[in-house]
Amino acid sequence: MRDVAVIGIGMTKFGELWTMSIRDIFVQAALDAIQDAKVDHIDSMYVGTMSSGLFVGQEHIGAVMADYLGMTPIPTSRVESACASGGVAFRQAYLEVASGHSDFVLAGGVEKMTDGADVTESLATAADQEYEVYQGVTFPGLYAMIANAHMHEYGTTGEQLAHVSVKNHKNGSKNPNAQFRSQVTLEQVMKSTLVADPLRLLDCSPVSDGAACVILCPLEMAKKVTNKPVKVIASAQASDTIALHSRDSFTTLNSVKHAAAKAYKQSSLTPEKIQFAEVHDCFSIAEIVVTEDLGFFEKGKGGAAAETGLTSFEGKIPINTSGGLKSKGHPVGATGIAQIIEVYEQLTNQAGERQIKNAKIGMAQNMGGSGASCLIHILEAV
Amino acid sequence: MISPRYFREIPQRYRLEAGKCKKCGALFFPPRIVCSKCKSKEFETVKLQDEGKILTYTIIRVGPDKFSKETPYAVGIVQLVDGVKLTTQIVDTDLEKIKIGSKVKLVFRKIQDEGKWGLHCYGYKAVLI
Repeated sequence: MRDVAVIGIGMTKFGELWTMSIRDIFVQAALDAIQDAKVDHIDSMYVGTMSSGLFVGQEHIGAVMADYLGMTPIPTSRVESACASGGVAFRQAYLEVASGHSDFVLAGGVEKMTDGADVTESLATAADQEYEVYQGVTFPGLYAMIANAHMHEYGTTGEQLAHVSVKNHKNGSKNPNAQFRSQVTLEQVMKSTLVADPLRLLDCSPVSDGAACVILCPLEMAKKVTNKPVKVIASAQASDTIALHSRDSFTTLNSVKHAAAKAYKQSSLTPEKIQFAEVHDCFSIAEIVVTEDLGFFEKGKGGAAAETGLTSFEGKIPINTSGGLKSKGHPVGATGIAQIIEVYEQLTNQAGERQIKNAKIGMAQNMGGSGASCLIHILEAV
Repeated sequence: MISPRYFREIPQRYRLEAGKCKKCGALFFPPRIVCSKCKSKEFETVKLQDEGKILTYTIIRVGPDKFSKETPYAVGIVQLVDGVKLTTQIVDTDLEKIKIGSKVKLVFRKIQDEGKWGLHCYGYKAVLI
């Protein structure tokens, strides 16, 4: 297996992109990534999208995008793993380059969620249709049940959940690509409308359009085309039961624990060595549970960590410097790639106002459904 | 209108039929073809007991279109006496009375109408006892 590096990035602004189609946003991000990487061709591409068929009625999205990018006849595939589709696209591209099969591969993610579909119903297809969704459960509902269980088991509070949103909005206010660049107060979060108790509107990531793309190539070649390659030092994936009710615990996400164990083993790192991380905060409780399952905090202490600022920009381990899904936006298929882009920007000193000093090692954790899929990538500046 | 997707789930939703692995005894609801504990493919059908307790729950206040007229409604994960866990609505109660640990019994109710012809779909919901 060859060492693999990221050499170029491109993403659209995340938000309600009314004037652009799903093709337009993907092609814009892809062209930016190709230009950024300064490559004259790509050998293949992976497009991560969760539900283009439901959101805009278009499947076969890999071919659509290669066509509109002017890249036919290169091989192109759509990959899907709910909200972890972008993470899977990245991992497939990584494996193709590492194996020696291709040199320059584009990994992208895209979603167009504001064109009129019933978003709640479309997103719910990532849960168990026959035994969860049939009963009327929604995604906020599933994470709300995780939140209630976490509160019951560990004494986590609504205020601790709100601290996650306040922090991520503060970070997102410094991200020009973020959907919401407005800060929110603890009081605003605590008084926002209940969506599924105890989760309020400001505990939830928004409905977004957006695309994000990166170019990968062998590390040896990367050194010839750029003086700031970022090496992929771990790529791990794991799964869990599709239904939340089938798990032994509702407060631990086994897919996250398994993927993390593999990623730490591959990179010979411990959680203490990770300087910062982009994690899947589709709901505030998700960030709390994930930061525990990644080993950053003891089980049950994720809420207190958010409250006391351990995950803030100045804290022990900055989490979601991009603003996270909460503030940057969550075009479901694009999220996994956008997380990689934030880590890349930090490691190449391009994060502007939200730049972490001496950033050398960062992690991206991307999750599908109520944690039935998890992708973890660790990147290192070289 | 015949909806195979609905009809083939009737043994589970109407009669709470689960699959018990003949090799390791693990109980699966809904039944499976392969035991995820020991990989055996031999099962016997058992009927679950209809009583249990609430492990966690939420009140859905923003629902999908199909359920939007019912909001707010409670959904919880219930563990039945046999140990099996399932997701179900919790009904016939003031929402404030629902607590983690509350004892419940499953009852037979209409769950939703499916498709443009409005096929009535039934199943279980939980009531407090």
